[in-house]
Amino acid sequence: MTHKSEINSSRRQFLNGSAIAAGLAIAPGVMLHQVAQAKPADQAVTSDKRWGMLIDTNKCSKGCDACVRGCQTENGWGENETKSGPNQVAQWIRKVELRDTSTGFTKSLPLMCQHCEHPPCVDVCPTGASFKRADGIVLVDKHICIGCRYCMMACPYKARSFIHEDLQDQLPVAPRGKGTVESCTLCVHRVDKDGENAIPACAEACNAEGHEAFVFGDLKNPNSRISQELAKHGGTQIRADLGLNVGIRYRGI
Amino acid sequence: MKANVHFREVLNNGTGYYGLLALLGAIVLIGLGAAYFMEHNGHFVTGMNNEIVWGMPHVFAVFLIVAASGALNVASIGSVFGKSQYKPLAPLSGLLAIALLAGGLAVLVLDLGHPDRLIVAMTYYNFKSIFAWNVMLYTGFMAVVVVYLWMMMERKMNKYTKPAGFFAFIWRLALTTGTGSIFGFIVAREAYDAAIMAPMFVIMSFSFGLAAYILVLMASFKWTERELGDKILYRLKNLLGIFVGAVLYFVLAYHLTNLYAAEHHSVERFILLDGGIYTKLFWIGQILIGGLIPLAMLYHPTLGKSRAVIGWACALVILGGMAQMYVIIIGGQAFPLVLFPGMEVSSSFADGIVASYTPKLPEYLLGIGGVAIALLLVTIAVKVLRFLPESLADAIVDPHTASDAKGTAKKAA
Ligand code: SF4
Ligand code: SF4
Repeated sequence: MTHKSEINSSRRQFLNGSAIAAGLAIAPGVMLHQVAQAKPADQAVTSDKRWGMLIDTNKCSKGCDACVRGCQTENGWGENETKSGPNQVAQWIRKVELRDTSTGFTKSLPLMCQHCEHPPCVDVCPTGASFKRADGIVLVDKHICIGCRYCMMACPYKARSFIHEDLQDQLPVAPRGKGTVESCTLCVHRVDKDGENAIPACAEACNAEGHEAFVFGDLKNPNSRISQELAKHGGTQIRADLGLNVGIRYRGI
Repeated sequence: MKANVHFREVLNNGTGYYGLLALLGAIVLIGLGAAYFMEHNGHFVTGMNNEIVWGMPHVFAVFLIVAASGALNVASIGSVFGKSQYKPLAPLSGLLAIALLAGGLAVLVLDLGHPDRLIVAMTYYNFKSIFAWNVMLYTGFMAVVVVYLWMMMERKMNKYTKPAGFFAFIWRLALTTGTGSIFGFIVAREAYDAAIMAPMFVIMSFSFGLAAYILVLMASFKWTERELGDKILYRLKNLLGIFVGAVLYFVLAYHLTNLYAAEHHSVERFILLDGGIYTKLFWIGQILIGGLIPLAMLYHPTLGKSRAVIGWACALVILGGMAQMYVIIIGGQAFPLVLFPGMEVSSSFADGIVASYTPKLPEYLLGIGGVAIALLLVTIAVKVLRFLPESLADAIVDPHTASDAKGTAKKAA
């Protein structure tokens, strides 16, 4: 963190939070050492990029939940919440089945935090724990989240989860803690490490199944694969009417 | 006239007073215990989940906060609108407002995932957040009312009562509007997407706050053997009737405007027709118990004059108000978010189906604890300071009994 001055403010906020927390126990036996800070210090998070994903629902297969399991393994959620009830367990990403009532046409798609350009969760958060990085990734700073859940009320996609119990066995890439809110980070630790070449865990798992429904990339770079595919085939935003300009786009719905 | 009204602290040292104190204290302790239980284990011990993220504690908390600003009305009528008959009622009104707000905020804070980070909430502000604004509105309200009380109760400062009262009145309007806006700002939830939400909260506060005020006034006068004249009581209960009617009117307007907008038809259907518990709470709790029945009781030519009936009517208004909060807060969340219009959706996370919620015991205990905090504060305050008039007998409240009850504002000597 030698080039701190270059790091934009939201990024700094994120790092400061983690620096304070280094060595702080958020749950018995769990120490926060590093929080998604694998990004080389000489690369600032910039608004020159906007990370997003395109999900081709035509390639997504009904009944397959590889992306969900991939995310769980990568970020360590879902398995270690033993006391929480079914709707109390975290859901960073879920599979949703659609059926058009008039035609009977069915669809299956993964749904997660849509990384809104104008995120309601960030607007309503009283402490600023919910924040959007300059590159469009929406995150929760677990160290200043007071657990008021207003962001969950405000999110149109039900993308956020509140942690209802003490957690053990957390992964360093995704610190979690009872009484705070969390959601999909777009695998920010991978993005910060590999940039344009990063593959979020959901996409990786989908590829491994041979479906290849996800394309991750920079929406601002016209030459990126995601931009080119969007230019060629278009893409839909879920609840586009809300005007949130989300970073996750879908095809085939 | 003012010269006739003397204020006196509660002198009665009998077992009654200390019994009440002990009872309220015990309920507060149980509430705190429940909060500790929830924090210690995590919220899995509650019925709240990732779909119904705000539950029973919020129903209590929002009710108390809304009632708090309404409780100040009586004082406002006295000093802002110059109705001198209301002036002796003002100190208790300010006290109750502070107490109810304190009770509501305590519940809200104790339900946080991290109540221990209260200091974070006070030092990190996101000025875009209506929630953060509310934190300031609430703390400011307490300060403003304390100053107002001081102006009222300190003879030397009396001349500032009117401006202080006016300021407090404006502040309380802002506070309730802010509270209503917490819901109004949630664009994605169909039930909350209505501009009428904020003014509806203001009028709800008038009604709930006055009901709470009348109950506390009647109880404190009875238990301290002070005389409460019919004149002032009837005036208050008639005012309550107007407020209850106004709430019904706003609820009607809210649902009618929603019915105009086609995209809100399904949520309307849910609340009004087939929402199960929410439909029942709406019609039976909110409309019947909290609206029509108390209206009939308050305006009944003979029954409406009975103190027991007036007391019960106030209690029903409060119960109905809780039902209304439940329908707004819980019902609004239970109705599924519409992500894919025209599509039938299903998922592992209850997409497309009505979320279920069964409040658990600790949630009730915490909420009731908040009510007890408010009442405990009032009980202590009336003993140590002069909040209660010695008497509100008809002859004292309005010595010129000949003049009609319209309350020609008599400027006191
Ligand atoms: S999808 Fe929800 S959690 Fe994600 S940025 Fe948008 S409002 Fe926030
Ligand atoms: S729960 Fe945390 S992240 Fe969400 S609004 Fe409250 S403080 Fe912000």
